[in-house]
Amino acid sequence: MLKMNSDLALLAPAKPFSAHLPIQFEGVHLSFGKHLIFSNLNLEIGAQGITAIMGPNGAGKSLILRLLGGLLAPTQGSVRFNQSNRIPRDQIGFVFQRPVLLRRSVQDNLLHALAVAGVARNERALRADALLDLGGMQHLTKSPARKLSGGEQQRLTLLRALAAKPGLLILDEPSASLDPQATALIENIVLRASQCGVKVIVVTHDQGQASRLADEVIFVHKGRVHAIQAAHEFLKNPVSREAKAYLAGELLI
Amino acid sequence: MTKRIRLLAALLATGLFAQAQASDKFIIVQSTTSTQNSGLFDHLLPAFKADTGIEVRVVAVGTGQALKNAQNCDGDVVLVHAKAAEEKFVADGYGVKRLDVMYNDFVVVGPGNDPAGVAGSKDVVKSFKAIAAKKALFASRGDDSGTHKKEQELWKAANVDVKAASGKWYRETGSGMGATLNTGVGMGAYVLADRASWIAFGNKGNFKIAVEGDPTLFNQYGVIAVNPAKCPNVKSELGNAFVNWLVSAKGQATIAGFQQNGQSLFFPNTGK
Amino acid sequence: MQDFSQAFVQAFTLIGQADPTLIDIIALSLQVTFTAVSIACLLGFPIGAALAIGRFPGRMVLVVFLNSLMGLPPVVVGLVIYLFLSAAGPLGFLQLLYTPTAMVIAQVVLVTPIVAALARQVIEDLYGEYDEMLRAMNASRIQTICTLIVDARYSLLTSALAGLGRALAEVGAVIIVGGNIANVTRVMTTTIALETSKGELALALGLGIILVALSILINAGLFLLKNSAQKRAYA
Repeated sequence: MLKMNSDLALLAPAKPFSAHLPIQFEGVHLSFGKHLIFSNLNLEIGAQGITAIMGPNGAGKSLILRLLGGLLAPTQGSVRFNQSNRIPRDQIGFVFQRPVLLRRSVQDNLLHALAVAGVARNERALRADALLDLGGMQHLTKSPARKLSGGEQQRLTLLRALAAKPGLLILDEPSASLDPQATALIENIVLRASQCGVKVIVVTHDQGQASRLADEVIFVHKGRVHAIQAAHEFLKNPVSREAKAYLAGELLI
Repeated sequence: MTKRIRLLAALLATGLFAQAQASDKFIIVQSTTSTQNSGLFDHLLPAFKADTGIEVRVVAVGTGQALKNAQNCDGDVVLVHAKAAEEKFVADGYGVKRLDVMYNDFVVVGPGNDPAGVAGSKDVVKSFKAIAAKKALFASRGDDSGTHKKEQELWKAANVDVKAASGKWYRETGSGMGATLNTGVGMGAYVLADRASWIAFGNKGNFKIAVEGDPTLFNQYGVIAVNPAKCPNVKSELGNAFVNWLVSAKGQATIAGFQQNGQSLFFPNTGK
Repeated sequence: MQDFSQAFVQAFTLIGQADPTLIDIIALSLQVTFTAVSIACLLGFPIGAALAIGRFPGRMVLVVFLNSLMGLPPVVVGLVIYLFLSAAGPLGFLQLLYTPTAMVIAQVVLVTPIVAALARQVIEDLYGEYDEMLRAMNASRIQTICTLIVDARYSLLTSALAGLGRALAEVGAVIIVGGNIANVTRVMTTTIALETSKGELALALGLGIILVALSILINAGLFLLKNSAQKRAYA
């Protein structure tokens, strides 16, 4: 299943992302009008590998991802990448919870992403083909992207996020509404990307997914970081009381 | 797909420009709608082109607009029928010289039932008095054209203040001859029209010529070459060729030869 | 009433005889109109898109202003352009007055606001959907505009058709800047105006019927083109 050499050529980051680690939130406040989401949020994502962010709904996990990716700016405080305030937007790939695709064919969606990323015209077709091969979607090359099933669409957005050879891949509950088969396909691609050196940060509700993918878990609840642990440790024996309750299936009010 | 569109666009553009630049040997003549609607130009211009190879492009608007356009140097020759305005045009230096070309006459047309009782009259001023007295509907061009100026003279001679009656029995359309005739026929109003326009007019309804033959109804056409001193880009040579042709024997004969339904519409009368 | 039935007879006779003057007039109408609408789209789509995605103070004022430009009175536009192109005007040296080019210019001025205003609305709706995705891709402003225009192309076609309708039906501007000169700047609408002023109502109406039929044909043709393009795009 793991084709190392061709994978590396396709997925290895265009520029090494280690130059931008660790990622640090320092005293981040985020509010929309009167609505306060985070006050004084601090966290650090240092090591390579896959970081999972878990926590109950409404904890602000999606917002943390958007702050990470530069899609949102903190009201106060700063998001730093290896001490720098500049977010390397061009090296970050995003997968949202719900796939948004262009009203074009599957292939054209990838070609578009490659063009926007500035990939040379003669390279685009090759890269798109290789990505479709990686995702097992060649038979859908000319199909209208919007006519695909949910799992296929999400897989396509993942391939699209990887098109520009990002150093950081951010996923927001990528397989939340997908069946196990589709989920497996997505996870497979994520793992392969990670093995080629892509830093991955994924928000997930699925403990199983966390155990399958994550190296470390950050547990967020009510706008605060309650735990950062190695994944297998967190899932077996979380440090925080709320995390324990959450993993046990309780609703944290 | 995009290649085809670009090709099509290029074709369209070149087609348009080719048309515009097709021949440089043309002049622009500012004339009036009534002259054009009579069909005179369709008869005259091919003959002129055959003789000289010059294409004439006629812009037909109201007399006032024609003279104004010529003042703006947007024409090489002016051919209208408002002698006083034409002479002023020349006096102000916009035109070289005014020459008589042809004349026709005005007629008063009216509804078949003749509400003012003027049908058959040969006295236009008396008829106008009758129309005013009976408050019969009258449609005026109201646009400062040659026809309109003539009409104003007649009302003055008849001692009628039409401004006071405007909107009541006196209706000012502010339009060309054709539009005014349409309006007049539509509302059953008397109209002062040049004979040529009336003969050529296609929407007569039940209207007939009510008043004609009065010497006061004489309608003189004049031609003027635009002054190159005021308008450096004017095509003097070609313009003069047209003027000279109009007053030449050939031109005058061609004008006389223009007939509709066996009637002459214009009578050449250049005295140079 | 008699004029109406006569009009249909006239229309069919003219078409049947393939009257060469009529064909020239129709050809010129189509040339002027299509050229003007193409230019209007080239200008209007990016303007509409830029306004759709732009966020700057005074944006709403611009949007309202653009919308009101849709109602520019053709005869006023014609007059203004005449004053510019006149020999006495600032652009007189171009010698464009009384040429088809002048007519195209007038129609571009009239149609561009329509295309731009409608494009803005269409693209703004689409932008709401694509905004976050494009920002996540780090797309530049120009890239965003291009993406939106291409993805909205079928709706934009309708905007173009609205502009086409306006251009094909327009007479007030083209008659002033074109001069309605026979064989040079005479188009369908100005011919109809001319024949009406000659009292030839049945003929004018007949030409009107032909003009409407032409518009229907064009719209039908473009509709079929669009459908087959949509099918071909996804094999």
